[in-house]
Amino acid sequence: MPRHTFKLNGKRVHVNVPNDVHLLWVLRDVLGVNGPKYGCGLDVCKACTSHINGKAFNPCCVPVSKISADDEITTIEGLPDTVGKDLHPMQEAWLEMDVAQCGYCQPGQIMAAVAKVKEAKAAGREITDADLDDIRNICRCGTYHRIREAIQAGAKAM
Amino acid sequence: MTVMEPTRRRFIAYLVAAPTVVAAARWADASTGGGTAPSPIPSAPGAADTYDLNDLLTDSAKPTANMITVTMNKDGTASFALPRVESGQGITTSTAMIIAEELDLPVGKVRVTLADARPELMMNQFTAGSNTTISTYTPIRSAAAAAKQQMLLTAADELGVPVHRLTTHDGVVHAPDGRTMSYGVLAEKGAATTSREIDVTLKPVAQFKVVGQPHRRVDALEAVTGRKKYTLDHDVPGALPTMICRPPTIQGTPKKVHNLATVKGMPGITDVAMISNGVAVRGQTFGQCIEAVRALKVTWNPGTVDKDSDQTFLAELKAAELPMAPPPPGASVVDEAFTFYWKSNTALEPQTAIADVRKDGVTIWSSLQAPIFTQKQVADLLGFSTDQVKVHVTNSGGAFGRRMFSDVVLEACEASKKFGKPVKLMWHRTDEFRAGRMHPMCISHVRASYSGGSVLNFEQRHTSVATDWSMGFGEPITAGGASGPVAQSPIHGNYNYSQTVWNLTVNVPYNFGQVDHAIQEIRDYTVMKSGSVRNLYNADAAVARELVVDQLAKAMKIDPYAFRDAFLKDDASRSVLKAAAKAAKWGRSMRPGTAQGIAFHSEYHGRIACVAEIDARPSTINRKKRQAVTGPRVTRITIAVDVGLPINPKGIQAQMMGGAMDAIGQILTESLHLKDGYFLEGSWDDYYYTRQWNAPFDVNVIVMPATSESPGGVGEFPIAVTKSAVACALTRATDKLPSYFPINHLDPLPFEPFPTEPSIPPSPNDGLHRKGE
Repeated sequence: MPRHTFKLNGKRVHVNVPNDVHLLWVLRDVLGVNGPKYGCGLDVCKACTSHINGKAFNPCCVPVSKISADDEITTIEGLPDTVGKDLHPMQEAWLEMDVAQCGYCQPGQIMAAVAKVKEAKAAGREITDADLDDIRNICRCGTYHRIREAIQAGAKAM
Repeated sequence: MTVMEPTRRRFIAYLVAAPTVVAAARWADASTGGGTAPSPIPSAPGAADTYDLNDLLTDSAKPTANMITVTMNKDGTASFALPRVESGQGITTSTAMIIAEELDLPVGKVRVTLADARPELMMNQFTAGSNTTISTYTPIRSAAAAAKQQMLLTAADELGVPVHRLTTHDGVVHAPDGRTMSYGVLAEKGAATTSREIDVTLKPVAQFKVVGQPHRRVDALEAVTGRKKYTLDHDVPGALPTMICRPPTIQGTPKKVHNLATVKGMPGITDVAMISNGVAVRGQTFGQCIEAVRALKVTWNPGTVDKDSDQTFLAELKAAELPMAPPPPGASVVDEAFTFYWKSNTALEPQTAIADVRKDGVTIWSSLQAPIFTQKQVADLLGFSTDQVKVHVTNSGGAFGRRMFSDVVLEACEASKKFGKPVKLMWHRTDEFRAGRMHPMCISHVRASYSGGSVLNFEQRHTSVATDWSMGFGEPITAGGASGPVAQSPIHGNYNYSQTVWNLTVNVPYNFGQVDHAIQEIRDYTVMKSGSVRNLYNADAAVARELVVDQLAKAMKIDPYAFRDAFLKDDASRSVLKAAAKAAKWGRSMRPGTAQGIAFHSEYHGRIACVAEIDARPSTINRKKRQAVTGPRVTRITIAVDVGLPINPKGIQAQMMGGAMDAIGQILTESLHLKDGYFLEGSWDDYYYTRQWNAPFDVNVIVMPATSESPGGVGEFPIAVTKSAVACALTRATDKLPSYFPINHLDPLPFEPFPTEPSIPPSPNDGLHRKGE
C-alpha cells in the first residue's frame, strides 16, 4: 500500500492508501477530519472546499497521489490556527451575521470566502459584487445574502 | 390588528419521579387564526380558512404530547429532547428560547437535543408542514412552568418564605431578604418521589423577555468550526462506507450481477451484494465504493416509467383536468393555465444512514422527519417488533421534504443484513437527482370572471402526477378524521390524502364571489418516486392564483397592490400587504426591462406578502458563467410576514430569506427533465438551484408585531408568496405571461447528461488545476 505524507492543519501526517483515492475520503474516512463535507464528489457544489498552500481547492477531485510532501492542506478545523486565534475573522463575521442554517455547506463557504478575500487583497482591491457572484458554493438553505454580508464584514477584519 | 387579551388560563402538567426536577405536560388548546373601493363580493370561507393542515397535525398530536418532559440538571441547566428534526429551520434555538422564557433561565443554559424515535408519541414526532412550534409551544411551556413551580415551592420551603414573595432571575431564586438558591441546587432538592398531576400557570405574553427578541442560532459556533455532526460524522464501530449501484431508469431493479467476485476483490472493497434497489458495495472509503459501483456489470429489469418523458405526462395531465362550470353570462373572463415541471427536493447533505442489523434488533442513525414511520417500516422489512428497532435522529444538512421518507434507511438495513456488518450508507449526488424523490409535475388552471368592479367567481383546477403521502400524513389524517372536520369524508387510500391535504392548505384569500378549487391526480403515487418540496401544493397552486390576480387587476385597470388591498378579506392581511409595499417603495419608477411584482399568501395561521424586483434586460439575461444558467436576476426581495406570535425574529428572517432562494430557482432556473424513464440531471451544475449569481443584492424581511398569543408556522411560508412575486415581476418586466415554470425548462439543454450506466459518473482528477475558482 503506497504511503503518502503531507502537512494537514499544521501537522505532518502519513497515510497508507492507494494512489487513486481522492483526498476528501482520505481526510474523512481515513483521518477522521469531518469539517470538509461531501455534497457531490464532482467539483461542483464546493462543500468540501479547503486550502492547499493557502489557495482554495476541492479535495473531492484530487487523488491523494497528487499531494506532495511539502503541500500544506488546511481544512476548516485548521483555519483559526492560520491567524493564531480561536476563531478566524471570517468565522467571527459568520457568527455576527448568524449566517448558518443547517450548517452543512458552511465550512466550505467560509474556506472559499477566506481564499476569495485573500485573492482580492493580493491584487490590491476590495471584494466586489462580481467576486461574490463568482462563488460557486451551493447553500441549499439559501443563506446567500448573509454570506455576502459576512464576507464583506470578514474582509474588513482580515 | 388586535392583540388578544392576555390570558392566565391554568394548564395541567405532571411532576415525574426522578433524581432531579423533571416535569411533563399534555396538550392545551391551540387557537386558530381567522380570515373589502371596488365592490368585492364576499367569498364563503374555504375549508383551509377555518381548519387547516396545521390544526389537523396539532389535533392529531394532542393525546400523546404529555410525554414531553423538561429536566432540570444539577449544574443549573435544563435539558429537553425535542421530538423533531433540526434541519436548519432553527427549532432547537426557538425551543431553547421558549424554555428559557418560562424558566427565567439564560438561553445558553438550555440544552435541546433531538429525541430518538418514540413510537408512543404517535404523530407527535413528525417534522413537516411548518407545524413544530405551532404544536409544541404550549406543551413545552407547560412542562417548563411546572419545573419552575416545583423549584419555587422547594425554595419557599427551604427558605421559609411564602412562594409568592420569591422571584426568579437567570436561573436563581431570590428571597426578599437577599438570600438566593440556584436552580442547580433546587433541581436536586425538589426532585419528586412520586409522579403526580399538578396545575400550572404560564407566564403572560406581556412579560416575555426572550420570546419575540432576535436570538442567534444555538448551534452557530459548531457550524462555523466544522464541529456540527451530521449522520456521516458519527463514528459507529465497523460501520464502513457503503454505496449503491443503481438501475438506469426510475425504479428499475437488478436482475443479475456479472462480475460480483471481481468487484469484491477491488482495493478496499469488503462486501458486494444485490439488494432490492440495486447492488450495494461496502469498502474502506467512499472513494473506493464509487470505483466499485462504476466497475459493476449488471443486467437490470425495467423501471416504472421507461416509456415516459415530460411530453407523455404533460398530455396525460391535460386530458385529466376536471371540468369547470361555464362563466356567468355577460361576464369578462381571465383564463390561464400554468405548467410546473418536476422539481427535486434534494438537500445538500445527501441521503445518509448508518444501520447495524443484528440477530435481535437493529440500531439506526439517520436524519428523519418521520422517525416513527421509519421505525415501523424497518420492523416490517426485517421481521422485528418496533422495540427491536432503535432509531437515533441526527441533525440534517437540509430536509425540504426529502427526509420524510425512509428510502435510505431501508437500503442501509437491507445491506447491513446481507453483509452481516454495520454500514454507513451514502447516496451519490447523481443518485439524489436520478433515483431520489421529486415534487410532481402539475398543471394549475385558473378561470376568473369579472364584471364592473367585482370578481364574480374564481375557479382553480389543479392536475398533478400523484404525490406520495404515505410517509405519515396518513396517520394524522386518520387520527384527525376521527374528531376534526375531515370526519365527514372517510379517508381511504392516497388519493383521499391528497384531497385532504389540498383542501386543508389551498385557499383564496380574496373576496372573489364564488370560489371553487379542486385537485385531480394521475397515475398511482408509487409510479414516480414522488414527494413534496417545501410548501406542498401551494408551491405551485398559489403561484397560479397570484398570476391570475395580476391578470384580473390588469384587465380591470387597477394597480396590482391596490387590487389586492381592495379584495383581501380582512384588515390583518391588508396590514401585511401594506408593510411589504411600503418597505419596497411599491410603484417606484423602474427602468425598462425591470419591474416590481407583488403577491400575498395566507397559510400556517399567518399572513405574508412579498415584493420582488427583477432585472430582465438583455445585459443581465446574457451574463456568462461557466456551466450555469444566468437569465433574469431578482435584484431585491422585500417580505412582510405575520406569524401570529413571533418566537425568534432572527430565525424567521433567515427562513424567509432562504425560502426566497428556493422560490427564485423554481420560477427561473431549476427543474428536472424526464426522458425515456430517467431524469437527465445528475449534478448541481445540471440542476440549476439558485447560486450566488442568481441571488438578490438586497433582501429585507419585516417580521410583523405579534397579532396572536400563539405562534404560527414559518419554514415553508415564504415559498408560495415569493415565487408568485417573482413570477408577477417577470411578467410585468417582459410584458409576457409565462405558461410554464421554470421559464428555462424548454430551452435547449445547457448541459451534457451523464450516462445512465454506470449510475455514478467518474470522480474528476483535475481539482488542483481549478484552484482559486
